[in-house]
Amino acid sequence: MFQYIIRRLMESVPTIIGASIVIFLAFSLAPGDVITANYTGGMNLTEERKAELRELYGLNKPLPERYGLWMGHVLQGDFGQSYLYNKPVTDVIKTFVWNSFLLSATVLVLQWMLALVIGVFSAVRQYSLFDSLVTVLVFVAMSLPSFFLGLLLLKLFAVDYRIFPLGGMTSTGVDYQGLQHILDVAYHMALPVLTLTLLSIGGTTRYFRMTMLEVVRQDYIRTARAKGLKERVVIFKHALRNALLPLITLFALELPGLFAGAIITERIFNWPGIGRVTLDGLYQRDYPLMMGFTLIIAFLTILANILADVLYGVADPRVRHR
Amino acid sequence: MTKALITVENLKTYFPIRAGVFRRAVGHVKAVDDVSFSIAKGRTLSIVGESGSGKSTVGRSILRLVPKTSGNVKFHDVDVYRLSKRELRKLRPKIQMVFQDPYSSLNPRMKVGAAIGEALIDHGLADPKEVRERVEAVLVQTGLEPYHFDRYPHEFSGGQRQRIVIARALALNPEFIVLDEPVSALDVSIQAQILNLLADLREMHGLTYLFISHDLSVVEFISDEVAVMYLGTIVEHASRDELFAHPLHPYTKALLSAVPIPDPTLKRERIVLKGDIPSPADPPRGCRFHTRCPFAEDRCREAVPELRDVGGGHRVACHLV
Repeated sequence: MFQYIIRRLMESVPTIIGASIVIFLAFSLAPGDVITANYTGGMNLTEERKAELRELYGLNKPLPERYGLWMGHVLQGDFGQSYLYNKPVTDVIKTFVWNSFLLSATVLVLQWMLALVIGVFSAVRQYSLFDSLVTVLVFVAMSLPSFFLGLLLLKLFAVDYRIFPLGGMTSTGVDYQGLQHILDVAYHMALPVLTLTLLSIGGTTRYFRMTMLEVVRQDYIRTARAKGLKERVVIFKHALRNALLPLITLFALELPGLFAGAIITERIFNWPGIGRVTLDGLYQRDYPLMMGFTLIIAFLTILANILADVLYGVADPRVRHR
Repeated sequence: MTKALITVENLKTYFPIRAGVFRRAVGHVKAVDDVSFSIAKGRTLSIVGESGSGKSTVGRSILRLVPKTSGNVKFHDVDVYRLSKRELRKLRPKIQMVFQDPYSSLNPRMKVGAAIGEALIDHGLADPKEVRERVEAVLVQTGLEPYHFDRYPHEFSGGQRQRIVIARALALNPEFIVLDEPVSALDVSIQAQILNLLADLREMHGLTYLFISHDLSVVEFISDEVAVMYLGTIVEHASRDELFAHPLHPYTKALLSAVPIPDPTLKRERIVLKGDIPSPADPPRGCRFHTRCPFAEDRCREAVPELRDVGGGHRVACHLV
């Protein structure tokens, strides 16, 4: 197992290099740069001044050289300086990523727990009223775009009824400490969490329902019933455990998303997360920030793939990694 | 005849066909349509028939794994369908089942020992401490080794897996086992081993079998009595020797004439049936077999032949007998 992990990690080195080249080229070749983004509206910069600034930022060097410089720094843990925040990229990411993580992790837990309960129940009672209802509602929730659902909830719960705050992460003008701070953050989190959970729960529920339906048709489930086991044991011990196998991959591949942030939802609810930073960075052509962040997510995705395979080997006795 | 261990009276199992927006039942698949028989303790009844004849559904209906539509199933004198869920669970160990496919009937994530021992603990038939001993004993009885306890199902061959499945059923000390095509998925040489094992176990434990199969040579080896099913009904039912020596129903004759005989010089008359088994959702009027029967007459198309005793417990449903 240990050897397997080491081998997989070594195999992923070329993948990372490939990803870094693609990321670098995508951002470098995109039209416009930090200078055109910041000094166009109203400010009339002469061409010479622009060229000087580009020289200062090192944007006039040939592409391979720029890539080499960037990668050289990245390998030393230095992702460069963010133009937008005038801070090292790693500092910017560190500041915002945990806010996103808090949001996404809560959503992930809720999403998977609810999907498990709803999916298993509707599979056990296939074609029942509950099942049909779930199928329709899940489809509706899946089909709504996040900006629509987010704004709808905002209008309903924050504008019309004023149950929840309009946005942000903490109340302004007060400085809560300890438990009060936690409650304050939870209060602000409610609407974005609700939005993201509703959006993500549909697909996961359908996965649970489908894999459960596949498993309960197997003879060993019939055998378990014929053995006279309690229905609870049949469903949760025999059926669910096997139904979870294909979902391991799905779950592991959602893990990098914990750090990626939710661009639109964070924008709507003014959540100070990495998703919002990504959008600002994109507008301002803050390429060092964008490249660094994208590369980190790419790296995490590759790790999650390896994790999925390893977990599968742990959970399924038929799969053994050597 | 000695007292019956299991009695099936007028059993019907229909599956609704649902269609339309509201999924209303628009018809029924008559998988089992009025089947009666009884099996005495220690004896083996085989049910033979082609795919779709409803033979597996009979087995599952007896165990209440699928709900019956009407009729009675009695184990000793207990009506299986009158029992509450809890009482039924208590009865389960006495009536066991072995399925056809040994690859799908073992939970891939459970070790063999756990799969066999689970129900023992659940039903309080063994102390958690002595489970291992009990399971190992039953593994040995079915021709496996005690160290197989800690193996996973995927580490075994098809024949070994079927032994595990049989061990699993046997561990609960059942009186009655429904064997649903237990050897169909196995190689012929392995089939013989498993059949011998089943015969030995029957003798050792005084077991009663309901043996479901489409293979007449297998049936001839294992059974005391044979019932032939066609489209959800029994068309002929007799003791093994009687049925194989004097088949009366044209369908039985056709089936028997299709059994391969390992002697190429032997010439015999073959009755070749044309066409497929009709849909059980819309069975033919009159005798269900008349669409394929080489001897069908007008009355076969009109009246349903009754299953009647023609002497010596030989029952047959045909106008021409």
